[in-house]
Amino acid sequence: MAIADLANPSRFLTLANRSIPWLGGLTVIVFAYGIDQAMLAPDDYQQGATVKIMFLHVPSAWLGMLGWGLMTVAAFGTLVWRHPLADVAAKAAAPIGAAFTLLCLVTGSLWGRPEWGTYWVWDARLTSELVLFLLYLAVIALWRTVEDPSRAARAAAILTLVGAIDLPIIKFSVDWWNTLHQGASVFRLGGSTIYPTILMPLLVMAVAFTLLFFTLHLAAMRNEILRRRVRTLRLMQANAVS
Amino acid sequence: MDPANHMGFIVAAYAATLVIVGALIAWVMLDYRAQQRTLAELDRRGVSRRSAPAPAMEQAKEQA
Repeated sequence: MAIADLANPSRFLTLANRSIPWLGGLTVIVFAYGIDQAMLAPDDYQQGATVKIMFLHVPSAWLGMLGWGLMTVAAFGTLVWRHPLADVAAKAAAPIGAAFTLLCLVTGSLWGRPEWGTYWVWDARLTSELVLFLLYLAVIALWRTVEDPSRAARAAAILTLVGAIDLPIIKFSVDWWNTLHQGASVFRLGGSTIYPTILMPLLVMAVAFTLLFFTLHLAAMRNEILRRRVRTLRLMQANAVS
Repeated sequence: MDPANHMGFIVAAYAATLVIVGALIAWVMLDYRAQQRTLAELDRRGVSRRSAPAPAMEQAKEQA
């Protein structure tokens, strides 16, 4: 099957039906290994056991941003090629990205209280992450407000492209401003500053969360294609009656 | 802060993850079932995309 064939919704559905159970199974296996490694990881010399929150917080933060990045690519597909599957991909990614961003905010808050002495502070990293969550809510609301899917897709695509400005702000906020949030410690010039016994479980958990994201995204895209079929059939039925 | 008190934050973080991820999975699965059920219902009424569109329309008119 050529990649271009996947742009056909029916062929995409066939592929999704075949791959979702396998992806789901792989996700469970990698999660089981990741959680096992996370629980066995040693405590941090400064943070103690609270470093275990990092195994949830960091992958959630990455996936919240990945979700918007994916929507940005899909937005080009919507606005430039006007491809319906790009609309479907963007719409399906929004609630999943929002959930991971919320998870990042909640786990970050629960990590911040014992380490910083506060659940929340209006520093650049936390605020820009909150802005990302609000952008997700805005784009979901937009999809729900405009009834015609193609019009909703174009409006959401424009908002997505504008909102993409927040991604580099989140990433570089810790470099551009003085923040309570620590700087980059995994992907940075000069290598990671995290000791391998903690870094490895983090990377395994990141793979597990990423697999979960793509499994859910594929399943949500399948749901959206079916939803559009239902809409088309209802319109056909209504036209036949009138 | 006493390190023993930190356990509550760790448990809360993992519990929150379980709830949010669980809700996400449940939403996707329930949505899939709902769409399939609706499509099956429409199919039962004779409304389908490709198979016999003309009789489907006739049936829809009769039901109306």
